[in-house]
Amino acid sequence: MNYHVNEKGYYGSFGGAWIPEMMFPNIDELRRRYIEIIESDAFRSEFENLLKDYAGRPSPLYYAARLSEHYSTRIYLKREDLNHTGSHKINNTIGQILLAEKLGKTRIIAETGAGQHGVATATVCALKGIKCVIYMGALDVSRQAPNVKKMKMLGAEVIPVYSGNQTLKDATNEAMRDWICHPDDTHYIIGSVVGPHPYPDMVARFQSVISKEMKLQLQEKTGNPNPTRIIACVGGGSNAAGAFYHYLENEEVELIGVEAAGKGIDSGETAATLLVGSPGVLHGSRTVLMQNEDGQVTEPYSVSAGLDYPGIGPLHAFLYERGRAKYISATDDEVMKAALLLTKKEGIIPALESAHALAALEKIEAGADDINVINLSGSGNKDMETYLKYFGF
Amino acid sequence: MQNRIDQLFEKKNKNILSVYFTAGFPGLDNTVKIICELQDNGVDLIEIGMPFSDPTADGPTLQYSNNIALKNGMSLRVLFKQLEDIREKVNIPLILMGYTNPVIQFGVEAFCTKCKETGIDGIILPDLPLEEYKQNYSELFNNYDLYNILLVSPNTRPERIVQIDSASKGFIYIVSSASTTGAGKKSEDFSIDYFQRLQGMRLKNPGLIGFGISDRATFENACNYAQGAIVGSAFIDALKQDSDFTGSIKKFVNKIRGMS
Repeated sequence: MNYHVNEKGYYGSFGGAWIPEMMFPNIDELRRRYIEIIESDAFRSEFENLLKDYAGRPSPLYYAARLSEHYSTRIYLKREDLNHTGSHKINNTIGQILLAEKLGKTRIIAETGAGQHGVATATVCALKGIKCVIYMGALDVSRQAPNVKKMKMLGAEVIPVYSGNQTLKDATNEAMRDWICHPDDTHYIIGSVVGPHPYPDMVARFQSVISKEMKLQLQEKTGNPNPTRIIACVGGGSNAAGAFYHYLENEEVELIGVEAAGKGIDSGETAATLLVGSPGVLHGSRTVLMQNEDGQVTEPYSVSAGLDYPGIGPLHAFLYERGRAKYISATDDEVMKAALLLTKKEGIIPALESAHALAALEKIEAGADDINVINLSGSGNKDMETYLKYFGF
Repeated sequence: MQNRIDQLFEKKNKNILSVYFTAGFPGLDNTVKIICELQDNGVDLIEIGMPFSDPTADGPTLQYSNNIALKNGMSLRVLFKQLEDIREKVNIPLILMGYTNPVIQFGVEAFCTKCKETGIDGIILPDLPLEEYKQNYSELFNNYDLYNILLVSPNTRPERIVQIDSASKGFIYIVSSASTTGAGKKSEDFSIDYFQRLQGMRLKNPGLIGFGISDRATFENACNYAQGAIVGSAFIDALKQDSDFTGSIKKFVNKIRGMS
């Protein structure tokens, strides 16, 4: 079974490029050129060098002994939190800034939710001396203040977005409008495996370094490149896409995506798109959306700003439909508990997003000999205020 | 019966004024009254906006009217109900304009059926580009004589303009400049080169220029290069300022037409 995008930009019936004509020239140029560019020797060597010397890759695959003991199974953490800027987001922004350079673009825009993608984008723009504008929902600006300050120090202009729920979806709308208005000089660095083709595939390719390393590291540590299962959190789904990528066709490896249940999937305050959504078109892609019966996109909720999105990458909609990956959800409270447990057992404070993947350990049946890889997509530094408030330290 | 859009362009090929408004704005039940007022004041064609939660091709004015319309309870079901008897009162072409997702959720075939019953002549979905239209919907729309109006922008390459022209019926929506709706451009901001390039291509479809047409000067300037122009955000702004919009519609149309 092939789980990769087809020549028309679709994963099964999901994907495509549902974009206004004003965006077509840019999307079409990307579609025609992205593979040729990112597979060229010059690009690959520059990309790999920056991942190594600038981002600090490979990220360690760490055997979490005390957490393993707690759950009576074997747990490895893929430490994306140790990358430069504190999350997996840097893998994609390094790739896209190099691509933008090749396309001759001189201005970068991006959307951000938790601010991790915004910081990773502002970082590579500083690295390359390129002008950077970040759109961020006004609510996220207030709940992720440290990241906003970082982006500003890195030289980015951060524009708060006041429409809608003032979160990630609205920031994405505004970034798309910016691109419509600046088609000539601007490249839009989408932060997840969402948006019109070729973004979902392009971002998945840049993130696929996660599973590429995982295979080598597992081989070295366990004598087998294949784990029993891989668990990753899913908002748009970029860290999960990267962690699953080189295992998609290897059906022996169980793939588990964890969505944000928020206050519970039946509470009306949730971001568990696959579990409560239905097929539709948003942000240039046919995928699964949270929407009402009239096709209006509904407002998601999660304690974690990075998962607070009413859509999901078309790859995940397809993996869900085909049953290749399993998608479960974790509530805010379960996530807080899982974050605290990792902190106490391993001395690692995870991002709220990544703590969703950890919360899955409470929900799965894992045998003593199973090898579980948790993609620890980001660091909890940005979430200290939320943790302190919740736990009352 | 011949599609009313074709009828219009057969009898008139210049200074066509098309006006957009968002159904459900300013009040839920204003739809029919606004349409009748626009027709009575000499507007040639009306684009009825189907509000959407995420109008990514629209600027602040239409984001606002879409948002208010949804809060007022507008939906496709409500809209088709309101338009049930519209053809008893209105004979100019009516086009629905909005985004693809609500149409998909309504059911594309059910939507086409309702358009036919109601007397809707065409549809404009900015996020339904040529490829997805041809692949998924062109046959269905044709079966119901529903004209799909496609957009061209200043960056659209000539060979693609030809493809869009060949897949289009009724007219082509010429986006005036690289912008979202309601850009508040001045007529000297328009790319005359681009308009002239389009004129020189001798396309089979007539064209109407939209995005940034807000007053008499921009309307008249656009009419020099196409069969007419489309006003949207400026009309929404006019509706916003006047609760008794009967007077404001007359004033607005006369101002655009230069009859005030």
